[in-house]
Amino acid sequence: MSGVTTDSTVQPRTSGSDVVLSVDHLVVEFRSGKQRVQAVSDISFQVRKGETLGLVGESGCGKSTTGRALVQVQPPTSGSVNYLGQNLGALSHRQLRKVRTKIQMIFQDPISSLNPRRRVKDIVAEPLVIWGRGTKAERALRVHTMLEAVGIDPDTAGDRRPQEFSGGQCQRISIARALMADPDLLICDEPVSALDVSVQAQILNLLADLKARFGLTMVFIAHDLAVVKNVSDRVAVMYLGKLVELAGSDDLYRSAAHPYTEALLASIPEPDPEHVSTHKALAGELPSPLDPPSGCRFRTRCPYATQLCGEEEPPLREVAPGHQVACHFPLVGDRAGTPDQAVPAG
Amino acid sequence: MPDDRELGNTRASTQLLTDRIPGQAAVDEMVVSRQSGMLSSDDILVTKPLGALFWFAIGWLGLVVVLAVLAQVLPLPNPNFQNYSAINSPPNIHHLLGTDDLGRDLLSRLIFGARVSLIVGFASVGIGMAIGGTLGLVSGFKGGSLDSMLNAGSFVILAFPAIVAVIAIVAFWGQSLLKITIIIGVGTIPLMFRVVRASSLSFANRDFVIAARTMGAITPRILFREILPNVVPVAVTFGLITVAGVIVLEGSLAFLGLSVALPTPSWGNLIAEGTANGNLSINPYIMLWPAFSMFLLLLSINLIGDRMRLRFDIREGLL
Repeated sequence: MSGVTTDSTVQPRTSGSDVVLSVDHLVVEFRSGKQRVQAVSDISFQVRKGETLGLVGESGCGKSTTGRALVQVQPPTSGSVNYLGQNLGALSHRQLRKVRTKIQMIFQDPISSLNPRRRVKDIVAEPLVIWGRGTKAERALRVHTMLEAVGIDPDTAGDRRPQEFSGGQCQRISIARALMADPDLLICDEPVSALDVSVQAQILNLLADLKARFGLTMVFIAHDLAVVKNVSDRVAVMYLGKLVELAGSDDLYRSAAHPYTEALLASIPEPDPEHVSTHKALAGELPSPLDPPSGCRFRTRCPYATQLCGEEEPPLREVAPGHQVACHFPLVGDRAGTPDQAVPAG
Repeated sequence: MPDDRELGNTRASTQLLTDRIPGQAAVDEMVVSRQSGMLSSDDILVTKPLGALFWFAIGWLGLVVVLAVLAQVLPLPNPNFQNYSAINSPPNIHHLLGTDDLGRDLLSRLIFGARVSLIVGFASVGIGMAIGGTLGLVSGFKGGSLDSMLNAGSFVILAFPAIVAVIAIVAFWGQSLLKITIIIGVGTIPLMFRVVRASSLSFANRDFVIAARTMGAITPRILFREILPNVVPVAVTFGLITVAGVIVLEGSLAFLGLSVALPTPSWGNLIAEGTANGNLSINPYIMLWPAFSMFLLLLSINLIGDRMRLRFDIREGLL
């Protein structure tokens, strides 16, 4: 851990030099009066260069808070977020301001993410103006090409204001703005949840294209497993502020090891009307994060819970190469017996 | 007029372009080209015509302002000149609005009086806006202990009955235009603070502010570029309505003999004179003109403020 020099040519090694983002024991707490709520309690993961990490979980599980902590908009209570080996929390205000431009965010609400009083071309040019990059003409040219890249006609759209556009178009403009800052890492906080299904696909395709074109690394936060499956290389599943499973996308969908993941996968609607779901829907509500269950946080809703689950918290451990689960009784072996609805090798 | 309305409708209906799908570009292009010829970016926000009443209000406010500004230049008799050969004369060719019980020309006094009312109204709100608005902008955005302190302070000032406070200070400090403007201006600071703070607060945590942060914008830039443009419409609208309130307050002070010292005319002074010494039954014109002018001015300012709010309000404007 001595390699915390900020020499830009040498990437300090964490574990493998291609790690862009590593999150270590991240905790985010909110206080309201005397009460403290841990929205994110002790999660760790890494994102490698060029990959897309999906972060899924139901509403209130802390996934958006995690996203905000990644850009330090929500300062972590403890733990660290390391970008290329630099602990963002330890940087000075001035350093953070500079480093943070490499990590940009796309938000869920396309309307709220654009200032209603500014013109599209000013919104998109903002990162360049802030850092004084280029002359006025150069900036205009870059705005023009970037708007084209996201599928917005620069000539007609530039002088308009955000409320004249549909949600999908606003999301494209947000993406253009984020990319103008020249980021390495794009954090997409439910970027398509507020959009129509037909528009969702367009935005997802656009993100995939741009990722390849600009060499981006992405953290893709969503509550919809079907969406995450298509865009992610690896998927992390969160439940009540904890990471319960982390695996390669195909691996996770073929052989989910955590009962919660299994339940989530079973809840994806099947287009086949003949299909009869063998899995029962999850019973009960998400427990209050004010007073999380002892031991395993999922045990109150878990069909397989035993006494052990209430006494001891299962650590995140590897059950197969690259497949980590936090469960005392992972479903790895048992799956052979159940009728398998997983995709044939593909 | 009908042309205007028609234009407004086409604008509204073509405003939302459909999302661009590859292959639908041609359709988009058509929609866009139909618009682009006749739209400049600034009038896109217009969704409803402002209406004849609005223009009447603008006209009256404009007329009063122009006359007040040009009072020295206009061929008016001295407002304090007493012509004893024409006392209490009704409107005639020499005195368009008549004269008062001391033979002073009422039109001249009305126009010179407008100066006082307008200066007190706009300048004091200007003071309140400059100080209270700035504090509110920062306070709402920053939050924390600064916000709590300023908030508590504003409540303390607001808890004072304004007119009593103003009477006390005027009686103690003296009656000049400058002093009265300053006193009322300071009084409007907490009002402006509260309105601007509330608006600033509502924008402080929007996603576009977070986006600006991650892009590296420093706080002053966020305040001026992201928050301020959203707060200005609210502040201007509220400011205008406060101007109307302040003009009335000046009138009340004058009525109590606490505004600018006589014989300098102000609308409040004129109304007070018109009701003194039995003037109301002898010569009602003395009170009629300033009261009527003030009534129209307040109505105009409120109407303008209201229409501006409608026009600036984005959500409502889109409906």
